[in-house]
Amino acid sequence: MSIKIFVPCDTTARSLGADQIATLIQAEALSRGIDISLIRNGSRGLFWLEPLIEVETENGRLGFGPVTQNDVNTLFEQNFHQGQTQHALCVGLVEQIPYLKNQQRLTFSRSGITDPLSLQDYLNHDGYAGLENALIMTGQQIVDEVKTSGLRGRGGAAFPTGIKWQTVLDTPGEQKYIVCNADEGDSGTFADRLVMECDPFMLIEGMTIAGLAVGATQGYIYLRSEYPIAHHILNKAIETAYQQGYLGSNIRGSQKQFDLEVRLGAGAYICGEETSLLDSLEGKRGLVRAKPPLPAIVGLFGKPTVVNNVLSLAAIPYILDKGGQAYADYGVGRSRGTMPIQLAGNVKNGGLVELAFGIPLNKLMNEFGGGTRSGRPLKAVQVGGPLGSYLPESQWHTVIDYEAFSSEQAVLGHGGVVMFDDSVDMGDQARFAMEFCTVESCGKCTPCRIGSTRGVEVIDRIRAGERPDNNWQLLEDLCDTMVDGSLCAMGSMTPIPVKSVMKFFPDELRHGRQE
Amino acid sequence: MITPGQWRIETVREIIQRLKSKPGALLPVLHAVQEYIGHIPDNVVPIIADEMLLTRAEVHGVISFYAHFRNHPTGKHIVEICRAEACQSVGCRQLEEHAKNTLNIDYQQTTDCGSITLEPVYCLGNCATGPSIRINDDIHGRVTPERFDELMENCRQRLQEAG
Repeated sequence: MSIKIFVPCDTTARSLGADQIATLIQAEALSRGIDISLIRNGSRGLFWLEPLIEVETENGRLGFGPVTQNDVNTLFEQNFHQGQTQHALCVGLVEQIPYLKNQQRLTFSRSGITDPLSLQDYLNHDGYAGLENALIMTGQQIVDEVKTSGLRGRGGAAFPTGIKWQTVLDTPGEQKYIVCNADEGDSGTFADRLVMECDPFMLIEGMTIAGLAVGATQGYIYLRSEYPIAHHILNKAIETAYQQGYLGSNIRGSQKQFDLEVRLGAGAYICGEETSLLDSLEGKRGLVRAKPPLPAIVGLFGKPTVVNNVLSLAAIPYILDKGGQAYADYGVGRSRGTMPIQLAGNVKNGGLVELAFGIPLNKLMNEFGGGTRSGRPLKAVQVGGPLGSYLPESQWHTVIDYEAFSSEQAVLGHGGVVMFDDSVDMGDQARFAMEFCTVESCGKCTPCRIGSTRGVEVIDRIRAGERPDNNWQLLEDLCDTMVDGSLCAMGSMTPIPVKSVMKFFPDELRHGRQE
Repeated sequence: MITPGQWRIETVREIIQRLKSKPGALLPVLHAVQEYIGHIPDNVVPIIADEMLLTRAEVHGVISFYAHFRNHPTGKHIVEICRAEACQSVGCRQLEEHAKNTLNIDYQQTTDCGSITLEPVYCLGNCATGPSIRINDDIHGRVTPERFDELMENCRQRLQEAG
């Protein structure tokens, strides 16, 4: 029996040399005459341990990480392949690592365990159980199950998914569409990428179920071009799903149809906004559309369209397998189920933490994150991407819950948590928020297009000490104008990080960072 | 991607004709043309417009809207440095400075030897192991200035080996 050795294939592991390590392990095993079977699994999302190499043993999978190319020889010398644990990089049984063990993984239950491109692996781990149920349900029954789950849009807007689906189901139309928003542009987020790279069949299954629910026969995954590995893996998985009858005109012999295609974006953050995304899919500039009409009624090519984030669609197979109530049993208040939190930036133990809503932010950053990577004191945390608030220490008790974050004038967004140590200059961060908007605004509405440019200029004047009180007032007015007058969240939320710096770090914005 | 200047207009037409019946085909067409030539030259715009029954203005408008479409040639290797917040928190501003100084170019410029074009990027989704850069389709994490220099040296060597 050959020994199973796992080397992750996701972007993070590969960005730290996983491909070269895989090649070296093969070569080393060959030269030593050791019979191994090397599997490119997904990532567990324990990124500080990547590349995390695993060996299958009688007791479970034993982990070694973070492995570099220089470690491969000593790993073999110390018989890691026989389950020996004395190597300095041994982290014990992977599933016993508290970071992983203490999570509640519903969506990411397979991530890192399976070979992402093995349909058989997927089926062996509860894959397609949800679809089997959905195939014998009516569209309304599926939608009801999603409503029961309490699932809200994980892209950031947190709109109830079941209600969106109901609107599309109720809107008559010969052709309807399911569009997956995989334009994960928020800095500090990588959960969508992990789904697509580590468990792509789950997303395909979720979209297929959505199609059955609302009567849509065509799906598109709008993927950002910054994710070349996800692109490759998704296309391979879709090909397999077609070959095995999980996509196409007769899904699993049901006579039901669902076709799916990946479409690449081209480096525009704004295309993560759903109406801009639809214009882009139609082959146009990614300009934001006025709402109403809602995309659920007049969406892609003018047809009723479900536009959901990757994580929303990825939650669907669990909900249809175990029932909406099983999902709703997790969480607090109106935030039901689990939230994949992404610990990023200056963090010691960065990675993915999926937990039921309700855990305090500081517990995540300390117990899971282990503080800053630099070892310096934590100073501010930006949650929810570039349009999210910078939270000072006084807000770190906030629990992961959409409403709790709103009440702090902050946003949970897509669940990205970017930590900054005390070397950060918060004035730089406020300026960057406006600068980012100048780069990424679609340009359709004035408050966003011009407001952001003026915002950079006003912040520069404040920082230069030029009539600081007048310019401070001007910046406040400008922020209000952008909030009230912008067509979409890009312009209306850019002031959120700026205002959080004005409120919590005013001296630093005026006078710069003091040692 | 083919040798610079060696692309054939017939091949461009074939690419367009293969893809143009897709709903909303313009982005797939532009990606395919750029993959073939390396960029989307201005004199290809009328061909795309003609084949797809669009105006030249519409095609140009789409190309100029998206950061990843280019109407000019690049160096052999496109090096993108992540400028977003997660990478900022672990030193990407210093890395940017270092890159510009050592390569002696700014963003959207190409080194004299033609090996490297520098571009900004806003997030590569590698946010727990920054600073991150992308060289062509390969993403690299925890890129210190020293690591950056090594990677650039590899780029230059590969160019030399290719003649």
